Formats: sequence, C-alpha cells, structure tokens
Amino acid sequence: MARIELQNIAKNYGPVEVMRDINLEIEDGEFIVLVGPSGCGKSTLLRMIAGLEPITEGEFRVDGRRMNEVQPRDRDMAMVFQSYALYPHMDVARNMGFSLEIRKAPSQERADKVRDAAKTLGLTSLTARLPKALSGGQRQRVAMGRAIVRDPSAFLFDEPLSNLDAALRVEMRLEIARLHQRLETTMIYVTHDQVEALTLADRIVVLNAGKIQQVGTPLDLYERPANRFVAQFIGSPTMNILEVEPTDKGVLLKDGTVIGISPGAERPVACDLGVRPEHLNIVPQGSAHFSGKAELVEHLGSDTNIHAHVPSIGQVLVRQHGHFPLKTGDPVHIALELDKVHLFAPDGQRLDTVLGSG
Amino acid sequence: MSAHRHSSPLAITGKYLALALYVGFALFPLYWLAKIAVTPDKLIYTEGTALIPSSFTLENFRSVLLATDFLFYFRNSLVVSITTAAITTCIAAAAGYAFSRFDFRGKRLVVAIMLITQMFPLLMIIAPIYKIVAAVGLLNSLTSLIIVYTAFNIPFATFLMQSFFDGIPKDLEEAGMMDGCTRFQALRKIVLPLTLPGLGATLGFIFTAAWSELLFALMLINSNDTMTFPVGLLTFVSKFSVDWGQMMAAGVLALVPSCLFFIFIQRYLVQGLTSGAVKG
Ligand SMILES: Nc1ncnc2c1ncn2[C@@H]1O[C@H](COP(=O)(O)OP(=O)(O)OP(=O)(O)O)[C@@H](O)[C@H]1O
Ligand SMILES: [Mg+2]
Repeated sequence: MARIELQNIAKNYGPVEVMRDINLEIEDGEFIVLVGPSGCGKSTLLRMIAGLEPITEGEFRVDGRRMNEVQPRDRDMAMVFQSYALYPHMDVARNMGFSLEIRKAPSQERADKVRDAAKTLGLTSLTARLPKALSGGQRQRVAMGRAIVRDPSAFLFDEPLSNLDAALRVEMRLEIARLHQRLETTMIYVTHDQVEALTLADRIVVLNAGKIQQVGTPLDLYERPANRFVAQFIGSPTMNILEVEPTDKGVLLKDGTVIGISPGAERPVACDLGVRPEHLNIVPQGSAHFSGKAELVEHLGSDTNIHAHVPSIGQVLVRQHGHFPLKTGDPVHIALELDKVHLFAPDGQRLDTVLGSG
Repeated sequence: MSAHRHSSPLAITGKYLALALYVGFALFPLYWLAKIAVTPDKLIYTEGTALIPSSFTLENFRSVLLATDFLFYFRNSLVVSITTAAITTCIAAAAGYAFSRFDFRGKRLVVAIMLITQMFPLLMIIAPIYKIVAAVGLLNSLTSLIIVYTAFNIPFATFLMQSFFDGIPKDLEEAGMMDGCTRFQALRKIVLPLTLPGLGATLGFIFTAAWSELLFALMLINSNDTMTFPVGLLTFVSKFSVDWGQMMAAGVLALVPSCLFFIFIQRYLVQGLTSGAVKG
C-alpha cells in the first residue's frame, strides 16, 4: 500500500530538459493512467518512480518518506515492461518466483505463491516452459505474474498491452481491471491508447512535451478538458476545432454564422471553438447553424460518421447514433449542441464562457 | 527451413555440391597434413603427390612423442594459451560490460586508443617489446608471452564482449533490479548466464590466437625449456633437411587441444540464448 507524491519533479538528459514541473499526488490504492503522445515523457516519469532513472530535480515521496535516492530494489514496486523482459534462461515458474528467490524466501512459500499466481493467470500448464516457447500473450501473462507474486506496494506498467493483438488487448485490459479490484494496490499505468486510459483509470494524467496538461477522472477530461490539447487527445473520433472570431454578442464562425453567448456573460476572447463529433447533429435546414455536403459517410452499425465539407469552415466530422440514412454527396445541415461546445483562448486554454441562443 | 522442402532436386544437388566443394577446399590442407604424418619417410618424395600413400606408419608419431622435446613444448603452449585466454577473457568481459552499460568520462578516448593499437603492424613494435621484456628480465619466460599476448588481445576481445553485452536487452537487468537484485546480482544471475556464448567465443578465439602465435615466441624465447609449440616445430627444420613426417605428425597433435577446446565450448556457442526475452 502506498501513497505516492511527486513534487516539482524535473528531468534533464545532460543539457536537454525532457520533463518539468511535475506535481502529482497519488492516493493509496488509486489506479492512475499516464497518457500522452509518443516522446512526451511517460516512460521517463514511470522509470523515475521505479528508481531506474535518476530524478534531476524535485522530491519523490512514498507514504511521506523521501525516496529519490532509494535503490529500485528497496522501493517495493513491481514493474511490467513493454518488452516483458522475461529472463530467457529461466522457466516460467522461476521467472515468476525470481523476486522471492532473490529475497531468499523459503522454497515452499515460493512454490505456493507461484502456483497461486499461475492459476489466477491461467498459466498452470506452462510453468515448466522457457519464455521462448510461449506466445506473445502468454509472455505478457508471465510478466504480470512476476509482478503479482511479489505482492508489492505499487504496480508500475509501461504500455503492457501494446504488443498484443486487439482482441487479446481487450481481454487483458479486463484482467488488469479485475486485478486492481481484487488487490486494491496502487497502480501506475502508462499507455498511449486513450481507450485503455478511459476504461481503466480512476484518474488520468495527460502529458505533453514533458509537462502535465491535466489530471482528472475520465469524465472530467471528456467534459471539461483544460485546454485544446487535452480536448483533442481525449475522445474518439477527435474533437472538431473551428476557427472563430469574438464579437460583442458571441462568436463569429468563418462562414458568417454568429453563435451567441448566454446573457450577461463577458465578451469572449476565444479564437477556437471545439465540439465533439457526437455533439453535432444533422437537422432540418431551418434549425441548422451551418450547412455543407457529405464527403464521406461511414456506416459503422452502432454509429454513422459523416465527414462533411462546409464552405469557408472546412472539414467537420459529425457522429450520429445508429444507422443514419445519408449518402456521400448529400447536402447536410448541422446544428451544435451549444451546452457541449468549448471555447479556447489563443494560448489554448479552455474558457468558461457558456454559449447560448442569446 | 521450409524453403528446402519446395526446391527442386536439382537445386538441392547443386547446393550440396557447392557445400562439398567448399568443405573439401577448406579441409584439404588438413588432409595433406595428416597424410604426410602417416606416410613412411622413404615414400615421402617418391610418392609425393599421391592422394593416398601405399603404406601407413605411426612411426612419426612415436618418434615425435618419445624422441623429441615435443611434449614439453606442448605443455608450455598449453600453459601460455590457457592462461592468456582466461586472463584476457576476464578483463575483456569486465571492460566490455562497462563499455556497453555505463557512460563515463574518457570512454571515447579509451575506445579510440584501443582502436589505434590495432592498427600498427606487429613488426613495428617487436623491437621495443623485446627491449622492455629484456629490461624487466623476463626474456625466456612463459610469463613474458602471457603478458604480451594478453595485452595484444584485450582490445579485440573487449569489442567482441561488448557486442555480446549490447545484444542483451537492458530491460532484463532492470527487471532484475526491480525484482530485488543489486546491479552485481543482476549481472551474475541474469546477464552472465546469457553471455556464456560470448565468453565461449572469446575464450576460443584468444586460445587459438595464443596457441599458434610464432613471431613473439620466436623473439622472446631462446631456451629449449620455455619454447612453445610453434617455435618447437621449427626445430624439425635442420640446416640440411626438413623432417617432414615428424613435423606433420607434430602438427596433427597440435590440432588436438584446439579441437578439444572447441568441442568443449561449442555448446556455449549456440546462438539464440536470449530469444524469448522480449515480445515476439
Ligand atoms: N537517454 C536519453 N537521452 C536524451 N533524451 C532522452 C533519453 N531517453 C529519452 N529521451 C527523451 O525523453 C523524452 C521522453 O521519452 P520517453 O521514453 O519517456 O517517451 P514516452 O512518452 O515513453 O514515449 P513512447 O510513447 O514512444 O514510449 C523523449 O523526447 C526522448 O527523446
Ligand atoms: Mg515509452
């Protein structure tokens, strides 16, 4: 069990600064997911927590105790590597029990724990095999087993599922969620897959270019993204961003449409308007905000994605629930769900201004 | 290899023919060595080019083993080669690990110097080496050979070992450290077992190099007591004649330790020991 605190953490590789101002408090038993595009520093942050990478600046505490200088083996954390990092010369059972072997646990205890973990993960029949005789999914399970056997105070996962095929990934995702429910141990999980992030996390930490963009629950990030980056990173398909100009009464879309702000609100300074595809609707001409032509219609069964071209606004993606009878080339009239629309300042921060019909 | 199940019989025959030609070409000198070793002295010149001699004898082996100092040279060579191989491999393994895993000041400089040492022709430095060895009073000792061979082989052996360490994913050691190992434990329990092929190859390479070295042995050793085997071979060449039969018999015997050594290490030379470590 561990409460983890990161205070003003920074990381430099020589003269290159790759992370700065990392402040994060992780509650005991929380499932935290770190997401962000490739190269944003997710692995680096996780490795600093693990002790595999020195922390350049700031303080890292576990249960109130400073841990910056503590060796990885004394941090009581288990890590699942993206590459799995199974010991090729040891069979599955020895791989899983290796941490106990190093700690000189009695062999009976070791065997019991390995057997339990193998059973949980469905590896019982494979314990005598070498890693090279396992499939990718089985290797992934062994890597998980190696972490479980230790009963650590926190689990660290670095993109554990990214080498698996889609079906197996869904299955293992469920397994990890179940594991967290059962063990109630702090977990820090790195991924660049937002579906994994949204489904697993108690709280998500969005990173970009070495800085934390936002920390919040999945719903927080979806409904109230702190800035344009988070808004576009979370949610699939990606949020539409439309250029606007602020006016006295509201915002002016490029095609001349004015969208008013709620009465009494200040004149906005917005330069971008963000709206998720699911918050756009195809409506009769009279009630539309703007109109265009369907360039591509994707019928997905559960949803219909309409890629529309709107003159002087550009590409807009509309998502309608269920099957929507529309063909490529049809004219489309689009309305915004005004209470779901976000406005962003020129620096990318989200504004609190609420749009209305006023 | 599934490719070979589908190829035509002609292609297979061609492939094996090419292989046979290559093997024959590579092994022919060895065959000739063995042939002359078992040919009776009086037939060596009369049947000089016959592929198979008309009669066989083990007389050459007997006289090499019993009537010459050959066993003595043999023992000296074994001492020098095994010691050199062991010391060099230990040092090279340590240095190679450091080069592969750590960044330290002066690393590039050390690598550059090691590369430069490999560029000099041996003949250029043989005189200074002789002077140094003479000055410290080590002429005619096996120790001098061990020191010189070790020094000369360390750079190459280090690069060799470094490439083997580079082939072992860093993740494995890190996983070990997360599992509770110190860096040294991770080295001993995880990296070392995976480096056995590398250690074997390096040992074998250095052993063979030291076993067949002639130039330094010739310069630094004059006394019969400390002669190594390659120098000893030259004693079969007298002023007036060359005792081909005995020389070749000695040569055949000289192959024995090399062969034994490689049979011993070959199971460590099997590649692919790290397969299964990472994804797949
Ligand atoms: N040894 C190093 N020296 C210099 N820069 C490095 C080093 N290791 C990583 N970096 C830089 O640090 C940044 C963060 O790397 P990191 O591996 O944490 O990214 P990541 O978010 O895990 O990306 P990915 O999703 O691709 O795994 C990258 O820009 C990378 O170039
Ligand atoms: Mg990474």
